[in-house]
Amino acid sequence: MNMIENRRIRLLRQTTIYLTLIAGSLVVFFPLVWTISTSLKTPEQVTVREVQLIPDPVAWENYVDIFDLVPVWRFLKNTLVIASASVFGGLVTCSLAGYAFARILFPGQRVLFFILLATMMLPYVVQLIPIFVIFDRLGWVGTFRPLTVPRLLGHNAFYIFLYRQFFRGLPSELFDAARIDGCTEVGLWWRIAMPNSKPVAAAVGIFAFQFAWTDFLSPLIYLGSKQEMWTIALGLNGLKGFEGMGSTLPMMMVMSIFMIVPMLVIFAFGQKYMVQGVTVSGLKG
Amino acid sequence: MASVQKREIAPSVSVTQPARKRQRWIGYLFILPWFVSMIWFDAIPFGMNLYLGMTDYSVGPIEQANWIGLENFERMLDDDLFRQSLANTIYYIVFSVPLTLILAFSIALLLNTRIRFLGLFRTVYYIPSIIPVVAASIIFLWMFNARAGAINQILYAIGIDPIRWLTNPDYTKITLVIISLWGFGAQMIVFLAALQGIPEQLYEAVAIDGGGLRARLRHIVIPLMTPTIFFNLLVGLIASFQVFTTAYIILGPNGGPLQSGLFYMMHTYNNAFRYFEMGYASAMSFVLFLIILAFTLLMIWTSNRWVYYGDE
Repeated sequence: MNMIENRRIRLLRQTTIYLTLIAGSLVVFFPLVWTISTSLKTPEQVTVREVQLIPDPVAWENYVDIFDLVPVWRFLKNTLVIASASVFGGLVTCSLAGYAFARILFPGQRVLFFILLATMMLPYVVQLIPIFVIFDRLGWVGTFRPLTVPRLLGHNAFYIFLYRQFFRGLPSELFDAARIDGCTEVGLWWRIAMPNSKPVAAAVGIFAFQFAWTDFLSPLIYLGSKQEMWTIALGLNGLKGFEGMGSTLPMMMVMSIFMIVPMLVIFAFGQKYMVQGVTVSGLKG
Repeated sequence: MASVQKREIAPSVSVTQPARKRQRWIGYLFILPWFVSMIWFDAIPFGMNLYLGMTDYSVGPIEQANWIGLENFERMLDDDLFRQSLANTIYYIVFSVPLTLILAFSIALLLNTRIRFLGLFRTVYYIPSIIPVVAASIIFLWMFNARAGAINQILYAIGIDPIRWLTNPDYTKITLVIISLWGFGAQMIVFLAALQGIPEQLYEAVAIDGGGLRARLRHIVIPLMTPTIFFNLLVGLIASFQVFTTAYIILGPNGGPLQSGLFYMMHTYNNAFRYFEMGYASAMSFVLFLIILAFTLLMIWTSNRWVYYGDE
């Protein structure tokens, strides 16, 4: 009697859990489904009062017409210029610094590492205006440099910290053996540390790209007034200008999808590393 | 043990003095780019921010800025928009931070019940976190549109009158809180990883003592999760104080009707980059920095009362 009762309770509980999770998934996914659906509608279909998830007729031409309305390729090129600087800095400059903090002994290392950690705690808001003033005085506003130079220099304490933690965890024998064989520090970094740290490098590479791809405030401040230098994010925001008329709504959804798809592709391939990166920072932070 | 000994012996035998010295310099060389960036983009800006906050700097050479002491800080007290932006931000934080935390924690608990399709559910819930903020903001801008938006279409279908989510000042902040909840997946992933790290024996111990699910939650899960809760709370708080992009895109730089969605960072942004009141804006960002610092210290200070860090 008790056993059956228990079973029934368990079954009920299981069902509730699954139903909750499925309902939640539908809510979470609905905005994306709606976006895809709207991106395939004609301007007239948009203003209909009823929910209509499968448009009739399907306006595939939106995905062609967008290229006439918005210089998509130019925005993409601009974004990729910034993103490649970001990724290069994340993979090379940051990992070199991480290597030095983890594997080379030099005077002042502890102090410098403390400073590194301190900069991680510094909220962006106190740097925003002075950094703008510095770049403004350098005459760099309206160029890509404010967005590329800091990244190329490895201005990201979090990435350096991730590398440092990982490099420290590698067995010392690997490095000692190579050192005895006369390997230089650069060689050790490139041939021992990096090949053994693919998960971190992958996570940092993805984060660096993701950051450049999605960043809004910095491009807005430095490139906002020069439309030919806009990134995809600025281009998408720029479409909003026509707001009053529903006519550009499908186009905005097409652009949104252009922005989302590369992230989904990267996520599909790099999910493991991204989740690791997010949880490591969360659990050890 | 063996590896520890090796580590101690090997370098002293094999690495000669000059080689070691050379190594050191390489160390400085490796961190040099970061060091330069730290000086130019962390240290100098930090000092400069405080200095600019005491001047009437607008644009042009910094030398032309006049020192006005604490005037900018006094001005904040009389600035209605400053007060409103601070109040709006606090309103947003009070709802967004706890609700996101509770949602992320609850879903993580459900996912941690040895269910099937765990990977699928986890992916589905995490995906909003990887959607670019600009795209998400544009999507929600239209979903919450009073006339053509999907939300009102659904409400209409079930017989509820349309709500002016973005044009009624009573609703703007709530709308932004709802939108912020969509990204709960990032916190959920952290919770889930921590939950999966709880040793099975602890649950068994509760079961032996005759405890049910509630006892598990109360005596095992929540105490062991407090460090993760602490982390997510702190990160969420710091990020929410600086909330900008979503509100800027959805409501515009002025924060929508009656500035009901004007947040602290937007007011700072407007002063700096639209009105070129750089000095005043710097003072405002310094105040926000102090607020964030105070909250961080307060949380760390109170943490030993409720955060469990294991038996150290």
